[in-house]
Amino acid sequence: MQFYGEGIPGVNPGELTGRLIVMEGADGSGRSVQMEILRDYLENKGHATVNVGLRRSTLVSEELREAKEGNVLGEITRSLFYATDFADQLENQIIPALKAGFIVLADRYIYTLMARDIVRGADRGWERSLYGMALVPDLVIYLKVSPAQLVERNLRKNAMLDYWESGMDLGLSRDSFDSFIRYQRLIQKEFALMQAEYGFSTVNGNLSIGVVAREISNRVTDILGV
Amino acid sequence: MILCQNRGQYPGRLIAVEGLDGSGKSTQIYLLKRWLEMKGLKVFFTEWNSSLLVKKATSKGKKRQLLTPTTFSLIHCTDFADRYERQILPLIKAGYLVLCDRYIYTAFARDAVRGCSRTWLEYLYGFACHPDITLFFNTPLQVALERILGGRPQLKYHEAGMDLGLSADPYESFRIFQGKIYDEYLALQKRYGFIEIDGTASIEAQQQRVRELIAAEIDLPRYRSRTIGIG
Repeated sequence: MQFYGEGIPGVNPGELTGRLIVMEGADGSGRSVQMEILRDYLENKGHATVNVGLRRSTLVSEELREAKEGNVLGEITRSLFYATDFADQLENQIIPALKAGFIVLADRYIYTLMARDIVRGADRGWERSLYGMALVPDLVIYLKVSPAQLVERNLRKNAMLDYWESGMDLGLSRDSFDSFIRYQRLIQKEFALMQAEYGFSTVNGNLSIGVVAREISNRVTDILGV
Repeated sequence: MILCQNRGQYPGRLIAVEGLDGSGKSTQIYLLKRWLEMKGLKVFFTEWNSSLLVKKATSKGKKRQLLTPTTFSLIHCTDFADRYERQILPLIKAGYLVLCDRYIYTAFARDAVRGCSRTWLEYLYGFACHPDITLFFNTPLQVALERILGGRPQLKYHEAGMDLGLSADPYESFRIFQGKIYDEYLALQKRYGFIEIDGTASIEAQQQRVRELIAAEIDLPRYRSRTIGIG
């Protein structure tokens, strides 16, 4: 494996024998369901897997949850809190699991973090350098779902749109529906820009769960030979 | 976020002190602050690693020894960013004299010793303006060590650099760690043009030098507080 940039001091990526598969996509893109299906698929084939996701570190996840409730963090501070959360999981979960030969399934990765920061005005070069600590995954599945479809799925599930997933802090619109649509478009635009640089494997998430799952397992098989 | 450009456009001024533990910098910046305040100037003072928002996570990480060089660096940068976004930058915009006990160079020195890439660190802190004046309290390593270790204090794990595995003895570890930081400081001094203050001179002599320097570099009367009746 290799790092995107400067990497993590003291870690030799050559020693990592596992595989890293990332699933990216907005809330309502079917990410969690597809993660579960993929996990079953891999375990059924005899591969050991580990699940990681954002905001799950022992170090700062609690602080991040609190900060999400009251909007008290500055933009740079929030970016860095998320980066700390990511680094903590990278070093304490992802890297050890990869050393031990596991397949690590990451429910979102640096791309979501970068896209969120950039649509809020962060400098692209700064983001790229910051996340130069991250490992290059073997495969990044990007579940692309139209904003209209995302709204429908989110509303069906929760009957309301999440403040952050609607980008309400950006002040795009006071109306959460309008804000959601506009914010998700901005994020998708950012993903489209990153696509070229990071080589996502885009999957049309508007299709049925079964069709999407088959598409994902085909790509996993192709790329990993597992 | 925009990387810091020339902020000559803002009326405030930023003064930072750097140096080893035991170099006497905190005493000197305290005396500087008192002097500026008593002149009736708009002054704000802030210390390294003091954001209330981030403190809990930092102390949890330190206590449970959860921190690696990367997370150590990131959490201190988060702390700095919180103070920078909410206090340092707004106050510079509002025309304050902002005094910082330790600034980004502390991170550059410590984190580089812990193995973080220097390029990565400089980019990481790229959102922060460089100070108008950085005073480097240069105290020979032995003197600084003697001031800290003389009283046989209880050294904290990270303070002693125990996470670097330099020595199993905290005092020995501290000595080696501080020596490495000192070397980083000397390199940073050249690179960023710190003004050197002789940390072996008497407290009074150092303070006189500091005050003269500040008065020569900054048009102090411009920073007089114009609020009437408060504070």
